[in-house]
Amino acid sequence: MFTGFDFDVIQRTLPYLWQGMLTTLWLTLLAMVGGIVLGTLLALMRLSSIKAISVPAGIYVNLLRATPLILVIFWFYFLVPIAIKHISGDSYAQGIGPFHSALIAFTLFEAAYYCEIIRAGIQSVPAGQVHAGYALGLTYPQATRLVVLPQAFRNMVPILLTQGIILFQDTSLVYVVGLTDFMGAASKVAQRDGRLVEMYLFAAVIYFILCFLASYVVKRLQLRITPPR
Amino acid sequence: MDFGFLTQPAFSGGGTYLDWVYSGIKWTLLVSICAWVIAFTLGSILGVMRTTKVWWLNLPATAYVELFRNIPLLVQMFIWYFVVPEIVPKALGTWMKQGMPMPEFWSAVLALGFYTASRVAEQVRSGIQSIPRGQTHAALATGLTMPQVYRHLLLPMGYRIVIPPLTSEFLTIFKNSSVALTIGVLELTAQARTISEYTFRTFEIFTLATVVYVLITMAVVVMMQLLERRVRVPGYIGTGK
Repeated sequence: MFTGFDFDVIQRTLPYLWQGMLTTLWLTLLAMVGGIVLGTLLALMRLSSIKAISVPAGIYVNLLRATPLILVIFWFYFLVPIAIKHISGDSYAQGIGPFHSALIAFTLFEAAYYCEIIRAGIQSVPAGQVHAGYALGLTYPQATRLVVLPQAFRNMVPILLTQGIILFQDTSLVYVVGLTDFMGAASKVAQRDGRLVEMYLFAAVIYFILCFLASYVVKRLQLRITPPR
Repeated sequence: MDFGFLTQPAFSGGGTYLDWVYSGIKWTLLVSICAWVIAFTLGSILGVMRTTKVWWLNLPATAYVELFRNIPLLVQMFIWYFVVPEIVPKALGTWMKQGMPMPEFWSAVLALGFYTASRVAEQVRSGIQSIPRGQTHAALATGLTMPQVYRHLLLPMGYRIVIPPLTSEFLTIFKNSSVALTIGVLELTAQARTISEYTFRTFEIFTLATVVYVLITMAVVVMMQLLERRVRVPGYIGTGK
């Protein structure tokens, strides 16, 4: 079936592909950390009893969750340079390049998804825990930081990691702004050398192996974390 | 914001920019709905296969789900479009490259459909597995065969349980259809980008595209809520509110 294909091309371009993979991994890691931090803030806002806080957070989350990721990437690719010019007041300010605009797009986009995961996690902590905290004289920030979030995050770790795997797959979409992540590197080699079949199958195999192993680890972790019922 | 440019004739001919937006919406809906037909049909079959204890049904379905879930949609899209015509038998490959009408469209539909099928399968499986085992035992005890248990108990109950998660998969398919722009399907996001390149009205056209996606989301949510209300079982799920 594969006679006439040239799989040596992979070996020849391995260093280039590895550079791409490093970009993919950095983008995934940074967007995941940023998304979780921002997502936690959004979740706390959404759960606030003050309408002026919970409503904007709700609108933000629902708006981003209704928009395709590619459109969000385009939005930030377009908006970030404008924002920089606006903030710096220098109309000739240089852009920050596709990596940073993609990072901002992914962080803000993932924050909306992490928000919903974290909100569910916070709501899974029994209300009695919070009341007990208040009864001990803790303030709201203290109760949140010391009682609610540690328990919530413990329950959420597997889902947060699964979302991280989805994010890892989604970073391949930076292809649309020409960023050379793993998929970008593979497709550049594919087009330059006319080796579409070899490169795209190789990319699929690598993504499959990494995501499959990662999901397996998450599954094992979930079994260990889930409290016995 | 000034949306007046939308009614101007487009730079490269072919109607106004508004016509381009309409055409984009049309392709977004076409790709998504065709892909959903594949995803729902195949996903249901695979989901049911995964709930059985027969290994030659269970194993292939599990392999399918793992394979299609763990490869990014973009990669799958490229494989359907660039790789499949090269590795199928030569005559078929030549036809796919030269004779097949709208190769981008059908590649996108197949990629999105087969990808989403793996996610639908997982939802259907978890829906069926969430039905208490006692009900299956009771059905078997009344003399039903296993296929009858599926036909009269597990599938009717399972599908009602999975309506909310299937709604979110259905919403995801509209959003994921934008990935089709990478192989040249001129759906809504692609049209928005093209129009922004021609007119530099990036802010307006992206806003318009975002609003359309939000409207599609809202329409789907309302439709699915109506469906959920129609099919709900009295005294069971969904009646608590």
